[in-house]
Amino acid sequence: MEDIGARILAGDHQVQYGQNQRTKIKALVVDDNMINQALHRTLLRNLGIENHVVGNGREAVDVHCSGRRFDLILMDLDMPVMNGIEATKKLRAMGIQSTIAGVSSRSVDENIQEFWEAGLDDYQQKPLNFPKLVSILQKVNHSV
Amino acid sequence: MDRNQLQRQVALMRSSLIEQVPNPSLPSLKLLVGYLDEQQFLQLEDLQDDVNPNFVEEIVTLFYKDSARLFHNIEQALKSRPVDFAKLDNYMHQFRGSTSSIGAIKVKNECNQFKEFCLAGNAEGCARAFQKVKQEHETLRTQLETYFKLRRQAGLAETV
Repeated sequence: MEDIGARILAGDHQVQYGQNQRTKIKALVVDDNMINQALHRTLLRNLGIENHVVGNGREAVDVHCSGRRFDLILMDLDMPVMNGIEATKKLRAMGIQSTIAGVSSRSVDENIQEFWEAGLDDYQQKPLNFPKLVSILQKVNHSV
Repeated sequence: MDRNQLQRQVALMRSSLIEQVPNPSLPSLKLLVGYLDEQQFLQLEDLQDDVNPNFVEEIVTLFYKDSARLFHNIEQALKSRPVDFAKLDNYMHQFRGSTSSIGAIKVKNECNQFKEFCLAGNAEGCARAFQKVKQEHETLRTQLETYFKLRRQAGLAETV
C-alpha cells in the first residue's frame, strides 16, 4: 500500500473527511456497474464519507431534482439511459456546484475532452483506489 | 494443519495469484504472470474491516454473478445475424470494467483481445477470443475459491 493509503488507514483522513466534523462530507456514486458501486461505496465509507448510489445519469439528475445535494459526485462515463457527459451538463445547467469527478475506464489518452467540457472538476481512470480518491477529495476541501 | 501452516499456505496462494515482475537485470528470467494485479487486490483486502470482514469474497461473488449475466448477453449477441458489434463491444466493456476493479489482469487481457476483433468486425475472432475469456474466468474462479477456503480455515484456526 502506498504511503498515502497507509496514512488514511491509520486514521488521518478519517479525521479530515468526516469523523470529527460537524457535517460529514456527502458523496453520490453514479455508476451502472454493481462491482464498481460496491467498491466506490466501500472506499468512501472507509473514509467516513456518507454516500448514496444511483445506477445512471438520469437517476443522478432525479435525485438532485428531489432536493438532495452532495459535496462530491463520482460520475461514470458510459452508462445506459443517460451517460456521464449528459448528466454532468444537466447538473451544471441546474446550477449544481458540487465537485464532479469523472471516473471511467477510459485512459487520459482516449477522447475524454467532451467529458471535461461538460463540467468536470477532476478525472480519474478506473479502478478507483484510496490515493485517487484522496486526490479527488482534496479538491472538495478546497472548494468548500 | 496448524494455524501457522495454514497462514503460510494462504500467503503462498496469494503470491501465486499475484503478478510478479522479473528482475530487470535478468532479462532471461521468464516472466511469472499471475492472475491478479497486486495493487488492486491488496487494495480490496485493505477495505476489509470489522464492519465488512468478507468484502473481498463478497465482491468476487458479485463479480461472478454479474459475469454470468454479461456472458449470456455476449453469447446471444454472437449468435444473432447480423452480428451487432457495437452491442458486443458494450457488453464486453462492462465486463472488462468489472475485471479491472477486482484486478483480474489475465481475464482483462483476454477482454482486450476480444475488443480488437470487435473493432475489426471479425465475428469468428470474437467467438474464439470469448472462449479464452471464459477459460481464464473459470481458472481464476477455481484459484480464488481455493484461496478463500484457505483463508477461512486459517481464520477458524485463529479462534480455536
